[in-house]
Amino acid sequence: MSELTVFKRPEALLPVTMHYCPGCTHGISHRLVAEALDELGLRERTVGVAPVGCSVLAYDYFNCDFHEASHGRAPAVATGIKRARPDLIVFTYQGDGDLASIGMAEIVHAANRGEKITVIFVNNAIYGMTGGQMAPTTMPGQVATTCPLGRDTNLAGFPIRMAELLSALVTPAFIARGSLHSPLEVVKTKALIKRAFQYQREGTCFSLVECLSTCPTNWGITPTDSLKWLEENMLPYYPLGIKKTPEGKEA
Amino acid sequence: MAKLLMKGAEAIGEAAIAADCRLFFGYPITPQNEIPEYMSLRLPQVGGTFVQAESEVAASNMLYGAGGSGARVFTSSSSPGISLMMEALSYLAGAEVPVVIVNIMRAGPGLGGILPAQADYFQATKGGGHGDYRCIVLAPWSVQDAADLIMDAFDLADFYRNPVLMIGDALIAQMMEPVEIREGRKPCKPLAPKDWATTGNKGRKPNIINSLILDPEDLERHNRRLKAKFDSMERDEVRWASYNTDGDYDILIAAYGTPARVCLTAVNELKEKGVNVGLFRPITLWPFPYAPLREKAKKAKAVLTVELSTGQMVEDVRTAVCEDLPVHFYGRQGGILVTPDEVVEQVTALLGGARPKGARKGGKA
Repeated sequence: MSELTVFKRPEALLPVTMHYCPGCTHGISHRLVAEALDELGLRERTVGVAPVGCSVLAYDYFNCDFHEASHGRAPAVATGIKRARPDLIVFTYQGDGDLASIGMAEIVHAANRGEKITVIFVNNAIYGMTGGQMAPTTMPGQVATTCPLGRDTNLAGFPIRMAELLSALVTPAFIARGSLHSPLEVVKTKALIKRAFQYQREGTCFSLVECLSTCPTNWGITPTDSLKWLEENMLPYYPLGIKKTPEGKEA
Repeated sequence: MAKLLMKGAEAIGEAAIAADCRLFFGYPITPQNEIPEYMSLRLPQVGGTFVQAESEVAASNMLYGAGGSGARVFTSSSSPGISLMMEALSYLAGAEVPVVIVNIMRAGPGLGGILPAQADYFQATKGGGHGDYRCIVLAPWSVQDAADLIMDAFDLADFYRNPVLMIGDALIAQMMEPVEIREGRKPCKPLAPKDWATTGNKGRKPNIINSLILDPEDLERHNRRLKAKFDSMERDEVRWASYNTDGDYDILIAAYGTPARVCLTAVNELKEKGVNVGLFRPITLWPFPYAPLREKAKKAKAVLTVELSTGQMVEDVRTAVCEDLPVHFYGRQGGILVTPDEVVEQVTALLGGARPKGARKGGKA
């Protein structure tokens, strides 16, 4: 009797235990990136750039070369790698504090220069590693340790929709938002990530996939309730879908 | 290659290209704009890449990426911009990424002014960024010197896997002088293949460029290994020059960069008057040439340090000569240069025993 393997660890992920909290969706988004690299045969010429935040140790999990960047600077680091070695596939993996707060200048300008890199943007509406502070993507009224009464939009403004903000730029090629709250959306997000890497492989400029994600630990609810909370609270504010494609680009 | 009349900024750029650097990331700031401008024209001509970054913060992190992937890369900036690069400098040293950073110093603090100064000595030699790290700091005093030193800077960076700084007052970049770019010169250090660089992990384990080490025992080991590397730089990379120090002299002047050339003019003028004064010029500000300076100071009765600051290198000069003899300081600030006349006046007053006008007395009374 022959055996059929229907599910296995992607080659682009190392056989190690991740440090992420129970119910955290980082494990899923790591896997989606790894599967995309495997399926496109890119792993051996890929360099990742890890952020500062919960995924700071991403370099311990991916089976490819990596740079650990300082907080927010991953797109600048990726720019340096890609300009030095255009033959490499370069991606950054960044959270919402890293990309949308301290790294706002770097992401906007890397996108606007049309750097031939792929950005995986994990938006879980909170600072995870530092213990649940308000992020630029924290929802109105959402409680965080630095907005204990809930995000007051009079004081902190409204959450930033990064995919839409970057789509306003003429240069970037592919910008999309997926979500990791259900198996169906995970599969759809995987397709977005794979498409982003395909564009880079073809030499098409800047691609970014925002992944709506959960943080049960800092949201203070169970993993299953977190998935529901994302669906009910984040989806209406952060509409899913492809925001910009190279085919639809207008100058 | 024949001698060309070149502006310092352009000579630095051309010499970097001759040292096989094909990447430049930078942000405009006066008085060093001619370096990025020159690189933006020249690099594409030699198959290289120029990127105007959105900030010095970004530029220095582009260096981190490019240097980490094994490329020779440099940036230049001026004092306020260099301050913005201090975060990256610490990461570069921590992750052992070889890059070259040129600081064409302007007057500070804050936005200060755009004229020549040397007030970033502390920042360059004593840290600047956070954590225990050191960088070799090269200090040219002419356009030729700048062209020669930046070529060596790339070799030193690669050899030690550490950022190397070259700092010059604004005049170093702005003045024109005859210069010969040493095409095809031999590297000043033996260079090993960069098998640590992120080039894609085909057939090997992943290479990681990283300064995060959460285990305290591991991080202490890392710090001690870096310290051993910095110790070897202190042992092997000290550079200095001295002038008019063969005979006897009562005063030894210590100066670097453009002020050292001003002082040499003063030394020559004094010599014509029959007054012998020695000149000591550190070429590496870190590692500082403590022992050679102390040796050269033995013949003198006093040392006069001349800087375009309120007194920064003078602290290292005092450390060098210990309590052996008094160390005096003369400096101009705000972008004003010292003149040979001022230096002659200071020396004359010191020889006369009087405290020169405008000079601060230091060391042993």
